[in-house]
Amino acid sequence: MRLRSLQIILWVAATAAVLAFAAVRWWPATDDTQAAASVFTPAFALADSEGRIRTTEEFRGKFLLVFFGFTSCPDVCPTTLSEVAQVMDDLGSDAGSAQPVFISIDPERDRRLGLADYTKAFHPAILGLAGSEAETQAAAASFKIFYEREADTASQGGYTMAHSPGLYLIGPDGAWLRQFTYGTPAAEILSDLQSRL
Amino acid sequence: MNHFLLAAALILSASAAMACETVTIGDLTVEHAWSKATIGAGRPGVFYVEITNTGSTDDALVGIATPAAGMPMLHETVVQDGIASMPHAMSIPVPAGQSVQLSPGGYHGMLMGLTNALKEGDSFPVTLSFEKAGEVTVNVDVLSLRAEGPDCADAGQ
Repeated sequence: MRLRSLQIILWVAATAAVLAFAAVRWWPATDDTQAAASVFTPAFALADSEGRIRTTEEFRGKFLLVFFGFTSCPDVCPTTLSEVAQVMDDLGSDAGSAQPVFISIDPERDRRLGLADYTKAFHPAILGLAGSEAETQAAAASFKIFYEREADTASQGGYTMAHSPGLYLIGPDGAWLRQFTYGTPAAEILSDLQSRL
Repeated sequence: MNHFLLAAALILSASAAMACETVTIGDLTVEHAWSKATIGAGRPGVFYVEITNTGSTDDALVGIATPAAGMPMLHETVVQDGIASMPHAMSIPVPAGQSVQLSPGGYHGMLMGLTNALKEGDSFPVTLSFEKAGEVTVNVDVLSLRAEGPDCADAGQ
């Protein structure tokens, strides 16, 4: 009997996982090429390293470059943040018109490890945000991105994170503009931004 | 013993640009070993390298070891259906006549349990274990957090 309830739970969990996977697989796929057809306004309300709640509204009038990641990520996140840092350097006197934001998808651990130390090591302009689990999920949902914790007994803390590695560009009016897929060179991001300024 | 001598020779010949040095073991050439500075020791470091197999037998990188980290492992960054994950790589194939790169966005060594934070300009040894060729130790240059690779005259990057 106990085995049977366990089986039911496992089937429900498996079905939920399949549905969630299908949703993220088909949902954001259209964003890149059909941005005009899918206008939406992503939003976040998340704490910065000093505990102040920062929201998308306060950045109206600026372009937002948003990346979701985690600071224990050795490969993908440093690569993207380095590109963002290069873009900010190369924007020169226009740097004030863009705000790069790093949103932690591993907020509890990142707050403990130190969020500001991490983002500032790449570029002082990058704002690191780490909210509660629920706030983070809400932000990810509004950007239509996916992340999940993956068990990995070999990793520190016993887990690692799988996530959408794109960089998202939000316009001064708050509307989604486009994503830069992982590995887009800084020069390409820069020229796209400059063409919009 | 050979490996010990090789390692000793490497340490003696240590220079500022070790990432640009080439070490060979059997048919394998190992070069451009580099890492990135870390912010503190609580986050994992990374290890990148390029391996060329000039022989006619396939080989594979099956493990890495270093005094710089308690738990070094091989991983591969995989972006599939728009999701990046980082599965553990049991071994990295080094096919006959081909080069394999551990480089940003692909295969990489993940250095967990760092003994100390990695600082730009530091270097540390990493011993690579190959299925057939055996073990070889290379010195790894720690480059800046924002580095994209070592600046070697021959390093096509």
